[in-house]
Amino acid sequence: MSSNQEFLVVERLVKHFPITRGVIFQKKVGEVHAVDNISFNIKKGETLGLVGESGCGKSTTGRAILQLQRPTSGHVYYKGVDLVHLQGVELRRMRRSMQIIFQDPYASLNPRMTVGEIIGEVVYVHGLARGNELRERVDALLNRVGLDPAYANRYPHEFSGGQRQRIGVARALAVNPELVVCDEPISALDVSIQAQVVNLLEDLQAEFGLTYLFIAHDLSMIRHISQRVAVMYLGTIVELTTQDELYLHPLHPYTQALLSAVPVPDAIVERQRKRIILKGEVPSPVNPPSGCRFRTRCPLAVQVCAEQRPDFREVSPQHFVACHLV
Amino acid sequence: MLPDHSVSSVETRIKMANDHQMADLLHVSDLETIFHTNQGFVHAVNGVSFKLRAGETLGIVGESGCGKSVTVMSILHLIPTPPGQVVGGKAEFAGRDLLRLSSREIRQVLGSQISIVFQDPMTSFNPVLTIGRQLTEPLEIHQNLNKKQARQRAIQMLELVGIPNAAERMNDYPHQFSGGMRQRVMIAMALICTPELLIADEPTTALDVTIQAQIVELVKRLRDELGMSIIWITHDLGIIAGLADRVLVMYGGLIVEEVPVVELYTHPQHPYTIALLASLPRVDALGHRRLASIDGLPPVLLEKPNACPFAARCQFVIERCQHERPPLRLVAPEHLVACWVDLETGKDRP
Repeated sequence: MSSNQEFLVVERLVKHFPITRGVIFQKKVGEVHAVDNISFNIKKGETLGLVGESGCGKSTTGRAILQLQRPTSGHVYYKGVDLVHLQGVELRRMRRSMQIIFQDPYASLNPRMTVGEIIGEVVYVHGLARGNELRERVDALLNRVGLDPAYANRYPHEFSGGQRQRIGVARALAVNPELVVCDEPISALDVSIQAQVVNLLEDLQAEFGLTYLFIAHDLSMIRHISQRVAVMYLGTIVELTTQDELYLHPLHPYTQALLSAVPVPDAIVERQRKRIILKGEVPSPVNPPSGCRFRTRCPLAVQVCAEQRPDFREVSPQHFVACHLV
Repeated sequence: MLPDHSVSSVETRIKMANDHQMADLLHVSDLETIFHTNQGFVHAVNGVSFKLRAGETLGIVGESGCGKSVTVMSILHLIPTPPGQVVGGKAEFAGRDLLRLSSREIRQVLGSQISIVFQDPMTSFNPVLTIGRQLTEPLEIHQNLNKKQARQRAIQMLELVGIPNAAERMNDYPHQFSGGMRQRVMIAMALICTPELLIADEPTTALDVTIQAQIVELVKRLRDELGMSIIWITHDLGIIAGLADRVLVMYGGLIVEEVPVVELYTHPQHPYTIALLASLPRVDALGHRRLASIDGLPPVLLEKPNACPFAARCQFVIERCQHERPPLRLVAPEHLVACWVDLETGKDRP
């Protein structure tokens, strides 16, 4: 999995957050194991879905890839360059080709800047355009995401959630990136607006050859948009495979339970589906279970699950699972 | 599992529900609610009428701002006034018009005959009282139990909703529970006086999907054991498929479609319902299909709609939709639609 020539390779990525006590003499009293030793790659032009429940580390993974939060250890190779060791100008140069769309369209736009300034700032910072050229570029971007260029002088509060998310998309695209991390870009939106934004993202991908890391907790949407899907649980990837394979032949007990829990909008189908109802809740990432992270809720757990952490291995072509029983 | 004194009433209730399928528990007619804002009046609910039968689970679906929560909160006097104001309508429950009750009278109904579970369990508990205190309070007020009886009943109820170590956890504060557990306690609190009607306002929206499945299973089980009616408000057309008997689809402060749950998915009749269903990705879908998006934005409701609220976004729109509000009309047994257009011909419905 670690051929450095691939588009994006994540290798043994770890991100721990310290828990501290005290104000002046801060003492580390523990660690949140947000992301624990995950490896995967993203191919150019594909959409990799990263799915999991809240607190499983999917957003942290996205941010650690972009070095918005520096990983504790591990490597992130972007076209062969290890981002983990880059700093300053070099890192900024790399960031031009890697952008992010945030979840909350209300919190992620500066309320004191006009839409034109928000989108133009990225272009300006990277020194790609100035003056009239910059203005034209902003207009073109607004146009492309389905907003009237005349809106460039308005402030974010004048827009609805869906329109704000379009502004977020325009900002991410302003520097012609190759990789876009979409961190739950549609979860805050209404159903009919979600489809608008997802269709826009798909169109832009086709037009500009973008590569997406699409982070979401909505398994139906992940299935819709991704070519390959990685399922996360408590800081680890438990299963990674192609879209249809994951949904038709889920191998990990967690994936199976997760998929069975998603309601289907069809009364006849929905009433015939068999649910695997998981007992209990996700354990704390401060003190995760030994061995397999999922064993405390797993209906199939045996002795070895508590003793050894299962390897993340390829059980059939393109199908990776971390489970002792598969 | 329930204390003796309520079992008989529950049994009669289940029996009643089976005997008289037609008995209406709640009958809302022409409900109108407005909000005073700086921009003027916002017409949040514009003449909503529906019935709820005893023992029935009614789903209300719609997007944010469609008036689904405001409808129910209006009936229960839970609209903050000002800025909100219920300006018209009736809500008959057990022979009384809820809208005409004094605040003292409605407090006697709430918690004993009608209970509510809110979306965010963190903000609907009192953070400085223990769970035990909050669970026993309604019993002491509505059922005149003494402290010991109330405590016993509360522990039974916590066990019923699946809280481990119920007796010990009675002394915990709300923040000591996780999201899913807190919602279970919320449900225990809502059901503690065995209400006839449970109103669930997006109770699983803040929860993860595996926890959501636990809560939905729990509510289904309790519904069958206690024989209560449920109004389940949600934006999720998936959840409602497994839960509801009938569904109201709301848009722009109006009911646009009222439909038995199976037909909602097999024969949706309102253009909004059809578009909404087409815009949903499905976890069981094979291959890739472009999502049908609904262009435009929901209406702002600063004026009382005298046209179809969906006209501006509707692909079937005809001239009449722009200046006349369509009434709910029967198109099939139990199936009502507020639309001027006959979708097969694209013309005015006769």
